[in-house]
Amino acid sequence: MSALARWDPALAQAIRARQGSQIIIRLLVYLILAVGGFIFMLPALWMFSTAFKTFSEAQAFPPVWIPSTIEWSNFTKPFEELPFAKFYANTVIVTVASIVGVLLSCTPVAYAFARLNFRGREPLFILVLATMMMPDQTTLIPIYVFFSRLHWIDTFLPLVVPRFFATDAFVIFLMRQFFLTIPRDLDDACKIDGGGVLTMLRHIIIPLSAPMFGVVIILQFVGNWNAFFWPLVFLNTMDNYLISLGLRLFQTRYFVEMNTLMAMSLLASLPTIALFFLAQRYFIQGIVLTGVNR
Amino acid sequence: MADMTQRAGFSPIAVPRRSRLSLRAREEITAYLLISPWIIGFLIFTVGALIFSLAISFYQTDLLSPARFIGLGNYQEMFFGDELFWKALRVTSLYTLGVVPLQVGLGLIIALLLNQRVVGLGIWRTIFYLPSVVSGVAVAMIWIWFFHPDFGLFNAILANFGIQGPSWLYSEKWALPSLVLMGVWGVGPGMLIFLAGLQGIPRELYEAAQIDGAGAGRQFLYITLPMISPQILFNTVMGIIGSYQVFTASFVMTQGGPNNATLTMVLYLYRRGFLMARFGYASALAWVLFAIIMAFTLLTLRSSRSAVFYEGQPR
Repeated sequence: MSALARWDPALAQAIRARQGSQIIIRLLVYLILAVGGFIFMLPALWMFSTAFKTFSEAQAFPPVWIPSTIEWSNFTKPFEELPFAKFYANTVIVTVASIVGVLLSCTPVAYAFARLNFRGREPLFILVLATMMMPDQTTLIPIYVFFSRLHWIDTFLPLVVPRFFATDAFVIFLMRQFFLTIPRDLDDACKIDGGGVLTMLRHIIIPLSAPMFGVVIILQFVGNWNAFFWPLVFLNTMDNYLISLGLRLFQTRYFVEMNTLMAMSLLASLPTIALFFLAQRYFIQGIVLTGVNR
Repeated sequence: MADMTQRAGFSPIAVPRRSRLSLRAREEITAYLLISPWIIGFLIFTVGALIFSLAISFYQTDLLSPARFIGLGNYQEMFFGDELFWKALRVTSLYTLGVVPLQVGLGLIIALLLNQRVVGLGIWRTIFYLPSVVSGVAVAMIWIWFFHPDFGLFNAILANFGIQGPSWLYSEKWALPSLVLMGVWGVGPGMLIFLAGLQGIPRELYEAAQIDGAGAGRQFLYITLPMISPQILFNTVMGIIGSYQVFTASFVMTQGGPNNATLTMVLYLYRRGFLMARFGYASALAWVLFAIIMAFTLLTLRSSRSAVFYEGQPR
């Protein structure tokens, strides 16, 4: 190309102009991304900075971004005013139990849909997919009645027990998509060695699916940790509140104290944010898996 | 392990000795055992619950005193005598109409920018996705301050330009647009799906187009858009389903106000059911919500049938 360009000055100039406009375009891309990224970071940045502000600085106008002194008591106050530690513990219990339930119940279901031949497999799988479209609210009241008859209202059971019955259609779908990508030769090898379904699950499918389980665990963790509507409906007494409800309660009581509210919000969001940073790759994989395999 | 091997009966070598069942039948039984948790859950929490929910939508009940059968009474009241229902329907539809195109459009633009082989892709992805992992209640509280008429961020910025900003959440006119604006920060998941779709487009297509003399605009129109049309459809459908169920933002930030300007369908359902103890009416609302979501989903799927291109499938 350079030989050609030397031979034809017009062409050389065209190439230079093209490279020039390429550089301008790239600069423009970074500029837009930087401005957009900054705008997207604003809520998190403000939460972080306000969590350390004094009361008067949190109310200042125009807003102050860098606190002049660090007010650590913002972080201790939630624990003194409300059983915030209890909210934290409750949320951990419900989240962990939910994840265990989802993994235990959805794995065999997804395995059967991906690997075994049985009558009614296709129509049943379509039913699984159909439940993904149904809004939760449609079944909320019957489920509420059902659990109130069992005297389970104001316990964690309504939030956790359904998870043990593979009610998360989305997870079944995700797991099945992943199991389908595991070569069948491995199954056959296992069968020839005389392995049954459980052997196959334990020694082949589950070990090979570690990345997918990572995805499910992370997505479930964030979803359960941040859940608000179901806990709001099923939990009544403060001692049973999850973090999202505790935040809301704190907001209704101390809504002017933005600095303490933000400190508590930061504490409540820290686990999901930390998990997101640590396991970013899994996280993104999961979202991509669901979107691309229509 | 050894005895399991013999009982499993899959192996063509260890022929099952006393088995009366064929291999196929055994596989079917195993399969049904494995999916039995789902079957039980589906029968109780989906089928049973749907039937029950439909049934009590024909009753007037607070779940404590005996229920009274009123036929289509709840639906009649809803459609012909309940202004708040129409208000909630209008609010939720306007919200959807505002948020879904913004999220899909902006998600696509960010994904296109990130697909330009930028340095530090992981960091950019994190920045744009981060707002989506923070608890909805925390996000709502942050935005209450952003929108605060007197010392909030937006009006501080506007004041710099000498503009007296609106009172946002406190204004009947601005409250819903405020929630839509806040929804823009939720582009993360959609953006990642677009990005994956873009990265899956074979480079040869662009090279061939360049040889044919197609510029950037034409390449976008005739290659990029058709190739990611499945992701556009997916994000649109998921967006519609999600935004018709919006709850936390209006519950925490405005409680549906001012003057019900942000009363969403689910918030109204929650009020009717759990605050006013009208569970039959709330169930009827839930069914109408279900019908609306179904209708929009099917409509979107149908209207896009000719516009969406799936690779490896004749048009």
